[in-house]
Amino acid sequence: MSTDTRHSPLREDQAPTVGSSEAPVRETLLAPTALSARRLAFRRGARERSWRVGRAALPAVILLAALIALWQWYASQPSVDPQLLPTPVAVWTSLVAQRDILWYHTLVTLNETLVGFAVALVAGVLFGTAIDFSPVLRRGLYPLLVTSQTIPIITLAPLLVLWFGFGLLSKSIVVLLVCFFPITVALSDGLRASDPELIKLYRSFGANALRIFWSVRLPGALPSLFSGIRIAITYSVIGAIFAEYVGASAGLGFYIELQQHSFATAGVIAAIVVTAVLSVALFLATTLIERIALPWYYLQDRSGGA
Amino acid sequence: MNDITAGTRTAHAAADTPLLDVRGVTMRYRGTRGQDVIALRDISLTVRAGEFVALVGPSGCGKTTLLSIIAGLAQPSEGTVALRGDPAAPRLGHIGYMPQRDLLLPWRKALDNATAGMEVRGVSRKEARDRARGLFQTFGLAGFERAYPAMLSGGMRQRVAFARTVLAGGDVLLLDEPFGALDALTRASLQRWLLDIWGSLGATCLLVTHDVEEALLLADRIYVLSPRPGRIRLESRVPLERPRRAEMLARPELAALKADLLAALVDEAIAQESEVTQ
Repeated sequence: MSTDTRHSPLREDQAPTVGSSEAPVRETLLAPTALSARRLAFRRGARERSWRVGRAALPAVILLAALIALWQWYASQPSVDPQLLPTPVAVWTSLVAQRDILWYHTLVTLNETLVGFAVALVAGVLFGTAIDFSPVLRRGLYPLLVTSQTIPIITLAPLLVLWFGFGLLSKSIVVLLVCFFPITVALSDGLRASDPELIKLYRSFGANALRIFWSVRLPGALPSLFSGIRIAITYSVIGAIFAEYVGASAGLGFYIELQQHSFATAGVIAAIVVTAVLSVALFLATTLIERIALPWYYLQDRSGGA
Repeated sequence: MNDITAGTRTAHAAADTPLLDVRGVTMRYRGTRGQDVIALRDISLTVRAGEFVALVGPSGCGKTTLLSIIAGLAQPSEGTVALRGDPAAPRLGHIGYMPQRDLLLPWRKALDNATAGMEVRGVSRKEARDRARGLFQTFGLAGFERAYPAMLSGGMRQRVAFARTVLAGGDVLLLDEPFGALDALTRASLQRWLLDIWGSLGATCLLVTHDVEEALLLADRIYVLSPRPGRIRLESRVPLERPRRAEMLARPELAALKADLLAALVDEAIAQESEVTQ
């Protein structure tokens, strides 16, 4: 995750030559020492950050390890039926033994998730923009969008499977329904929050509404859009698994159902672990893409938004 | 025939018409309770080519509204604004407008922020960057072209914003309290910097401020605005030669002028205060 050197403000060879500059600028104005201190702090921040991330994750890792240990201890008590509650070791054994099958089902689920998510992203961006451009559309669509979110997906998924079959389509539609809303709302909120003074400034340049949208409002709304994307991607895997659970011929949800029918509790938990890892991996990938796409945003964050 | 007379008229006009001619500008709008609010009343002022004019007024006198009107961002209820003698001349995109906040786009590097105005005007990317690079040299920003605004100090950000204004507006600059948001030290050094740089830019400036000393130090002529509704209360010439230095403000005639300007400002402020309390 060390992309920091790339965003380093100034390379060595273009170090500012403030002192020697012939510009009619007084020394006090630029305070070269303060500036190089700033740069130094920036570089040091890069190295410190990986250490900080490690330190920040430590409590979670310790807690997780303790919980697994407790689970192992409790599940190995003679009074506990291993059919009902398998030990972590049994789950691990099942995971390793079934790794090829699990991998196959993971790919199926991942495919459904990514297809649904991609369509949701395109649709969300289109709707978020449309809502922003037209107050009439906002008043018309917004209530409908909110209402659509009050329908439990649990009740809708069986119908979708009935309508669109056991394959990819019905699963991706469920994912789409889950992801679409947070993306649309995040983008439209981000666009709404554009700085009116910035818009005024661009108007003074003679810019039209389209130019202002591309140059000022959309770039400014990207951090908000990414927040929506991160929420959406976290829910997307759950959506896919749920749809598979209702009716499918492959995928992690289908696998879980199969294991449940044969009372293979360890297999169920193994698939749940895979699901969690998949969700977290997608979440981290999104965060990584955001960091690469919006280096300025994290820069701002670090310097306290100054 | 017609063309020729029109031509001579414009040539003649260019010789003695002011660059900016604000005539009888009044701004009314409907307040939140439906009452008529008058923000500006019958404002007339001129700025000649190459002149540095300051507009001093207490907060809430409609200074920013006036600048918005001059920049072409708002339409006055009454009155006209003529650019180079032409009240119908488009002003959006032809006047550099600099708000109090630097308003740099945080996702653009310093140089790309400076070229924003030219980009809108359709100047080629290469030409825009070349011109911006030149100004970065003069503005003491060389070496910071690729820095994001978050990595720059307040004074540097303000200079990038100033570069953007100069590049966007050519030779007419409207500065709305450009140093208002800075700490006293940075503010003082930026004022001195602007004094130095202004001569070489050959630009015409209209500066809005509430700081009388800033106006005296920078401007050739000063207008004092009264509190809402804003009216021109006083106009005076600053009897100082250029290049200027901060010490000049200590001269006796300057002290007298400063006292006059302050009196004009404070009188009005107190008058308004007592009106409010009654």
